[in-house]
Amino acid sequence: MIPRPFEYHAPTSVDAALALLATHGAEAKLLAGGHSLLPMMKLRFADPAHLIDLNRIGTLKGIHLEGNEIRIGAMTSENDLIWSPLLAEHCPLLVETARQISDPQVRYRGTIGGDISHGDPGNDHPAVMLCLGASFVLKGRGGERVVPADGYFLGTYATAIEPDEILTEIRIPVPAKDSGSCYAKLKRKTGDFATAATAVLLKLDGDVVLDVSIALTNVGPTALKATDAENSLRRRPLTDSAIAEAARLAMSICDPVEDLRGNVEYKRAMAGEMTQRALRTAAARAKR
Amino acid sequence: MPKKMMVSFKLNGTDTDVIVEPRELLIHTLREKCVHTGPHIGCETSHCGACTVDMNGTSVKSCTVLTVQAQDAEVLTIEGLAKGGVLHALQEGFMQEHGLQCGFCTPGMITRAYRLLQENPNPTDEEVRYWIAGNLCRCTGYQNIVKAVQYAARKLRGEQVETSHPLLEAAS
Amino acid sequence: MSAQPDIERLTKLEGIGCARKRREDPRFIQGKGNYVDDVKMPGMAFGVMVRSPYAHARIKRIDTSRAVALPGVIAVITAEELKPFKLHWMPTLAGDVQAVLADGKVSFQNQEVAFVIAEDRYIAADGAELVEVEYEELPAVVDPFKALEPDAPVIREDLAGKSTGAHGARRHHNHIFNWQIGDRDKTARVFDSAEVTVKQDMLYPRVHPCPLETCGCVASFDKIKGDLTVYITSQAPHVVRTVVGLLSSIPESKIRIISPDIGGGFGNKVGVYPGYVCAIASSIVLGRPVKWIESRAENLTTTAFARDYWMTGELAATKDGVIKALRVHVTADHGAFDACADPTKWPAGMFHVCTGSYAIPNAFVSVDGVYTNKFPGGVAYRCSFRVTEAVYLIERMVDVLAQKLGIDKAEIRLRNFVRKEQFPYQTPLGLEYDSGDYEPALRKAMAAMDYKALRAEQAERRKDPGAEWLMGIGIVTFTEIVGAGPSKMCDILGVGMFDSCEIRVHPDGSAIARMGTITQGQGHQTTYAQIIATEAGIPASVIQVEEGDTSTAPYGLGTYGSRSTPVAGAAIARASRKIREKARRIAAHLLEVSPDDLEFDLDRFVVKGSPQQVKTMKEIAWAAYNNVPQGMEMGLETVDYYDPPNFTFPFGAYLCVLDINRFTGESKVRRFYALDDCGTRINPMIIEGQIHGGLTEGLAVAMGQELPYDEQGNVLGGTLMDYFVPTAVETPVWETDFTVTPSPHHPIGAKGVAESPHVGSIPCFTAAVVDAFSHLGITHMNMPHNAYRVWQQSHELGLDKHT
Repeated sequence: MIPRPFEYHAPTSVDAALALLATHGAEAKLLAGGHSLLPMMKLRFADPAHLIDLNRIGTLKGIHLEGNEIRIGAMTSENDLIWSPLLAEHCPLLVETARQISDPQVRYRGTIGGDISHGDPGNDHPAVMLCLGASFVLKGRGGERVVPADGYFLGTYATAIEPDEILTEIRIPVPAKDSGSCYAKLKRKTGDFATAATAVLLKLDGDVVLDVSIALTNVGPTALKATDAENSLRRRPLTDSAIAEAARLAMSICDPVEDLRGNVEYKRAMAGEMTQRALRTAAARAKR
Repeated sequence: MPKKMMVSFKLNGTDTDVIVEPRELLIHTLREKCVHTGPHIGCETSHCGACTVDMNGTSVKSCTVLTVQAQDAEVLTIEGLAKGGVLHALQEGFMQEHGLQCGFCTPGMITRAYRLLQENPNPTDEEVRYWIAGNLCRCTGYQNIVKAVQYAARKLRGEQVETSHPLLEAAS
Repeated sequence: MSAQPDIERLTKLEGIGCARKRREDPRFIQGKGNYVDDVKMPGMAFGVMVRSPYAHARIKRIDTSRAVALPGVIAVITAEELKPFKLHWMPTLAGDVQAVLADGKVSFQNQEVAFVIAEDRYIAADGAELVEVEYEELPAVVDPFKALEPDAPVIREDLAGKSTGAHGARRHHNHIFNWQIGDRDKTARVFDSAEVTVKQDMLYPRVHPCPLETCGCVASFDKIKGDLTVYITSQAPHVVRTVVGLLSSIPESKIRIISPDIGGGFGNKVGVYPGYVCAIASSIVLGRPVKWIESRAENLTTTAFARDYWMTGELAATKDGVIKALRVHVTADHGAFDACADPTKWPAGMFHVCTGSYAIPNAFVSVDGVYTNKFPGGVAYRCSFRVTEAVYLIERMVDVLAQKLGIDKAEIRLRNFVRKEQFPYQTPLGLEYDSGDYEPALRKAMAAMDYKALRAEQAERRKDPGAEWLMGIGIVTFTEIVGAGPSKMCDILGVGMFDSCEIRVHPDGSAIARMGTITQGQGHQTTYAQIIATEAGIPASVIQVEEGDTSTAPYGLGTYGSRSTPVAGAAIARASRKIREKARRIAAHLLEVSPDDLEFDLDRFVVKGSPQQVKTMKEIAWAAYNNVPQGMEMGLETVDYYDPPNFTFPFGAYLCVLDINRFTGESKVRRFYALDDCGTRINPMIIEGQIHGGLTEGLAVAMGQELPYDEQGNVLGGTLMDYFVPTAVETPVWETDFTVTPSPHHPIGAKGVAESPHVGSIPCFTAAVVDAFSHLGITHMNMPHNAYRVWQQSHELGLDKHT
């Protein structure tokens, strides 16, 4: 219940935060929403000597449209995503995802940037970022770089961010107006991580799939893009057997860890079920 | 040993200064240094919600907030809901609708429902359940809690409510 | 006299039967409750346990020097420090002993090894980390059947050579007891000649009550006065006082145990835990208050667990489904120390209520208790002393029999019920059911849910191979046994399980009443006053009810097993009647008539045939202090100790409809209908609240809770991340109903109710889940019925294939 002692810093600008990162290096951890890091510190599984709190940096919050791109500050809370009229109109997939993350109190503090950066395969946003073809703005003392989500997630608790960088912004190409999307998440109860979850973005022309994007949560060391499944659906009618085949291909890339949510067989099967559920729901929404 | 820090915040409208280690959790500061034992501790993994307080207009689990993060914050706990001896509609609702039994989840539950109704003054029962899902209760099965919140929602919307609890009648 | 004043006076009394709002609420809704962790005392220190990471290991060495050297750490104690006081072991409520701090070896993961006392909880946490313990791991056994194999590891070296325990002979080093009841031979003969027999193995897995407030205490020993005060999360403060007196040799008169507000008990807070003993011992030695509050993980993995009963049930019946005999064997996994909180004569509690609501003429039960490398407990979680297990067993067996014979599950129950005329009913396992009327209850439930339509819908659904959701209907008609209990049968550590009530009426007619029970949310402050209001004519609104402080409350055995209403409630009624009878004699004296000429009318005595000649209880109270009959003592107060003549037997009929997704294993409870009969209903609002809570806890047990162990003895799922506590989203809307069949032996006919919803709902959910698959030959599925496990069943049957 009690963390080990540490020094606390609350910079008010990104540059100040970067300077602190540079000073303290491996002994420092960034504090975003804190609802992944602080619980670990309370159990003494993590004990950084320095915490750099990003919550006072106002420029890291906010959602706006820039041309055909939605830009979200990394410190934007899950709750802000849920209530954003911009997202409700332009990217309902994100709203649907945020609504299924944890519980109301955690969502006031938990941030999209934290959820992306933590590297826990159970976090929901990474799959959705893969599905949306998002990119991330990483700022270091030397400057800024923009990296695509695809290739960002390297392993459990490992992403492509450098130790002296901060994720500042998430950029999402606005999904087509007539596309349908769905985040289907199977969980044991409200607040739990996914037993398996699938994000789908789908564009249809009648019955035929013009384009589709499928990504999976918590069935591998990172979120997984189901490229083979996508390829099997593109430019073909979205029939029951096509959906079943896509699900099978999605299942074939799964490498889940057995835990109390289920064994490997179950989780793999559920990845298939969530993929089917997400495809059907996205299709129903796209036809509107 | 990291230096202690002074943290100044508003607790239920009153300016409060405390001196804490950076690692001190807000729930401990509230309960021990500020002697506000309304919010409770029910777990150490941020699941149960018994420690819920309202910070800067949001419901937070005070066991997962460092006191140093509360600098300049406005913190509202259950102790601050009643104004001048007049109970908040939610407090009335929980009494009227038998929304509590052992009372341990109640401060967190009411504090959470307070923010819920500020943001959504006309929720359905299903919405109430969804928006209190961060607060666990073992005694009531939530059914009367939903009724209690709806009582308060009606009252806050200016609608007629039936109040038969003798202590509420006496106080009004 | 018109009817109007009667209604007015009746309403003002707020007596038995009215949905009186709660008196305890004002403090809780303002955050002004007084729970143990709210207690602060000057100079208070904080204690934290150091626990073993291993399930089974020898302790080679404990080095506390680094911890002791940490500024702010006051002391670190191990078994060595407790030995001079003989406190390193303590007696359990089951006639066994339990290590307070491990003495040379540890026998379950997270067992207590050292206690660190520091100036505050932050330093205590740091200090605990600095205690170094060197372990030599031993092989662990977590399966009770493996534990009884000849070469199984020896868990209890302290019992080496002891071939008898508290409950008789032990046949193996990990065997605790064998307990039998019923006629073994007669039952065997009935099975041999039966037309039909069925047999089913079933596991009631290990779960935990998980009240929202964990266990803890503040122990404060005043060295100058020699007085010990302990604030403690206890459902039985007087028992704690007696135990503490035994362990510490301090006279009970100098020990004050206070159970203040308690954040849920559910049987978790009955026993005495090592943390309490260490805090008390530390306080005595240091002369300062010491607070110990356990964490949630400690609570879930070291304090009284529930169930872990491996049962085999058998029924012998006619081909028309009339049951002739029941035979049960149980292997009971008690963990490493037998700390089961049962009445001492019954190591399997009241499991022998397992003949249920049915007129089964022959029965035999045999229970074997076993030690394993798991944490101690067994009786907890609204179980009424193993009644959850007993009712689960019989209700499952009746369904198994119904399925074998192709008889409808409601119909078979109707064919086997004990009839109303048969009460008081002697069961073949030695219990006398006080009253019951099972058939109307079941029929009422069936009508309310339109049972026929449900079965028709299910039949239609079963015909559709494309249906995504399987439909299951669960029926449970349970009888349970509460109100422990008659002292000749029930004692805790030799103290008979009576209970008590003391009432003192003040000159102005208001009153204070104290009882030997202790509420943990059941609303005693509200309901007890209602009993007094009806029986003594004093308005409930002016009756102050207190419990939990052993310095003022009369001795009682506490609140668990739904015993408050049957036992303390009876004491309250009888005490109230004593008050009323003294009041009658005072009224007779004031009115100058004979006591026999008076009639009691709600809140006053009236001279028969002379309605203007009246004395109210208020007037009588005043007179009690200045104008009493010749030879009578002044004052208006009394105490009653009630030793119940029998248990009480609430019953119910529950009906559950749920739908199961055959592709994912997810279940949705569509409707749950709970009809309960608890005899006289003191406060319908409180009863309904208790039912909601018990059903929700039942949902949790049946559909998700478990504390599994791996082969090395690591306990899994011991935090709220995995331990399934439903939120408002998972919890369905409950439908409740009732019938009233009073208890003939209880002064106000009341039986107790709060455990019934837990006892009855768990087999009902299981029945519904199994029923969803029963057309495919499935007769039983073990709990928990989480999506994963239900999917495994569906997958095995090939139902999860998308065609």
